[in-house]
Amino acid sequence: MVLKIFFPQCCNRADSGLLVGRWISGHDSAVVLAVIHYPFIPGQVKQYVQQMQAKSGVELSVLGSWSLPKEGQEGMESFLRDLSTIFPQQRWLQIHREIGKTGFTCEVLNRDQNGRVVQQETKKKSKKVEEEDGEAGGDKEEQEEEEEEEKVIFVHYEQRKVMLSQLHPIQNGVPDPKTDPPSELRQMFQTVATSQPLFFMDRYDDGPLKSTHWQSEGREASIIVELLKQASVPLCLLISWLLSIWTWICNIRIFSLYPLRWLSSKLSTCVQLSYKTEHMRTLSSAKPAAGHTQFMRKANILVSFLVDVALGMLLISWLYRDNHIAMLANTLVPAADHVAKELDELLQWLMGAPAGLKMNRALDQVLGRFFLYHIHLWISYIHLMSPFIEGILWYGGLSACLGLTFALSLLSDMVALLTFHIYCFYVYGARLYCLKIYGLSSLWRLFRGKKWNVLRQRVDSCSYDLDQLFIGTLLFTVLLFLLPTTALYYLVFTLLRLVVVLFQGVLHLSVDFINSFPLFAVGLRIFRPYRLAEGVKFRVLCEEPGTALHLLMEINPLKFSTVVQMYRTPTYSCYPKDSWAALVKKLFVGELIYPWRHKTIKTE
Amino acid sequence: MEDEAFTDINGKAISLDCQSHSGLCREFTVSSPKVSVGKVMVYTCCVWLLAYTVFFFTENTAVLSSAILITLLGMMLHIHFVKVDHESLLVIGSLGIQVSSSYASGRETTKFIEMSKIKDIVINEAIYMHQIIYYLCVLLKDPSEPDAVSSVVPLFQSSKPRLNCLVKVYKSCQEILSKC
Repeated sequence: MVLKIFFPQCCNRADSGLLVGRWISGHDSAVVLAVIHYPFIPGQVKQYVQQMQAKSGVELSVLGSWSLPKEGQEGMESFLRDLSTIFPQQRWLQIHREIGKTGFTCEVLNRDQNGRVVQQETKKKSKKVEEEDGEAGGDKEEQEEEEEEEKVIFVHYEQRKVMLSQLHPIQNGVPDPKTDPPSELRQMFQTVATSQPLFFMDRYDDGPLKSTHWQSEGREASIIVELLKQASVPLCLLISWLLSIWTWICNIRIFSLYPLRWLSSKLSTCVQLSYKTEHMRTLSSAKPAAGHTQFMRKANILVSFLVDVALGMLLISWLYRDNHIAMLANTLVPAADHVAKELDELLQWLMGAPAGLKMNRALDQVLGRFFLYHIHLWISYIHLMSPFIEGILWYGGLSACLGLTFALSLLSDMVALLTFHIYCFYVYGARLYCLKIYGLSSLWRLFRGKKWNVLRQRVDSCSYDLDQLFIGTLLFTVLLFLLPTTALYYLVFTLLRLVVVLFQGVLHLSVDFINSFPLFAVGLRIFRPYRLAEGVKFRVLCEEPGTALHLLMEINPLKFSTVVQMYRTPTYSCYPKDSWAALVKKLFVGELIYPWRHKTIKTE
Repeated sequence: MEDEAFTDINGKAISLDCQSHSGLCREFTVSSPKVSVGKVMVYTCCVWLLAYTVFFFTENTAVLSSAILITLLGMMLHIHFVKVDHESLLVIGSLGIQVSSSYASGRETTKFIEMSKIKDIVINEAIYMHQIIYYLCVLLKDPSEPDAVSSVVPLFQSSKPRLNCLVKVYKSCQEILSKC
């Protein structure tokens, strides 16, 4: 049997006293939490331990004695042994350290059923098993000679770090001890974390008991933190009140009418707004966060919100300085004009013989004129708007004080509105192309003497009349020869559309990144790596012959990739829902592509 | 312990260092061979010659500076993420097994496996490229079924020692595991 003693580093140099801690059930290990110094009254110690046990819910007990003799304190052996009768335990540890030596020695007193105390020397050199004929002893039986020598491993741990750290993967709630018994380390971490009330006793307290354990050195900013805590309560109330008004406005019936609702689901600003509302509701809830996951979620949301607003303020300060808005507005209209002019030229080029291709002249002209008329409409629309653009930008820029994400969503919406003509061209081109492709494919089936059976969703063979075959073949030929012209228009406008979609996609991705990146967790990982523990690592401390093995337990921090993955705030995902192959197939067949997800296909 | 000469599966010399801290705790360190200067020279020369040929045709000095940056960055990434200097296995009786590997830049990754999760340590065979190699691995218990093996943690993954080295480590590991 090997006995493992988890010993706090802060008690290394403590004065002699009693060890208070917990035996971990099921494993042969003890966690030392504190040392209570001499002199004490045993009754008070028992009362104190019981009190702490009730407060923290940990099965605390007096584990044994700790002695670090100073000069002139010799001959405590018998006294220490007597202590074990005052605090009756299954096992009694006597940990002993000598000045000038780094290692500890440990003796374990086992108490068997008769109430007799059996002592085992664990010093490696002297392998004798000593029989103690003490208190209750009448009969002297030769026993436990064959029992193996008990070995002790000391594991030193830093109490503060272990207390504050959170072992991953996180276990939510209380797991069923039968199916999944918590591992030894997890129990040890839990013990240290839950016995916080024990550490509140201060070194300078004038109580009957003096003890050594980790104690905080005091925090400089604690007054500010306390004030902030006090201030956060009315702030939360105010925010939740504002939120309730906001939700009341949102729930007015006029907003749930069909076109408005459809529009708001497509405008990324509105989506962003609802998303922020949800976040603020989480933040301002009066309940304290239950558990580590909830707390981290709240903290992440708060930090990313603050960073978002700070970035938005930066943007505002840039926008409203030096009249940048007017400059932007003045460049925007000529830019739109320029785009329209380029499109015009592109259409003229397509209406001729683009890249030396010979197109169907009549269809080419019709399509080109149609699109040209559209551009003409568009330019007049822009010019009608141009006096108002500066005002729109001015008021739109104000939205950045709600956060950079909001401004970016607004930008995305504005881009969508300003490039509406490209979208229209794309839709016309795609529809035409799609029609042709479908017509060709069904006529190709006719060509082979087959048809699509709608009821059974499959291709059946079918015997056609001669007339049907003749008409079908004619139509097929016409469609086939007109296909290149349409395909060319479709190709050009799809490329234009893809550029816009790409730009919007980048905007959405950056918004999503700002919203979901777990800044707080990453900061915690950088500045307090022990707070998020993946596990532990051990280092062999010292090897003095004759003493037990000493290990130093350090906390193994979580990897950055795991931190980001685990604490990402879930957002509405704007990543393209289909793979590249699916996208290419869609483009080839002529189905419409959108930068946003359809509501029905939205997956979490 | 007498120093035997061990080699890895490619025939390069590696060194095994066994440190016995006490009866319960042993540490095995396998040091991989160092990076040979010749190899570094060859890679660097390749990149720079390529960059110079591109420069010869394009006459753009950015090519040369980017080549220098690429080599420097590549070396840094290599010693930080790829090149393992030594791997160590710390077996602590009744507590667990700690596997750590330290990279040439000083970065260390450590993994500690608790004894309650460990089923056994075995030497296993694996097909690697076109050869069959032996490797040491820790078998982990399945928490739901005590007899089943849920997963396998291979040891000494980057410096792949040969069987004679593995047997030595295996024997002393089993000695400790059988004690508790």
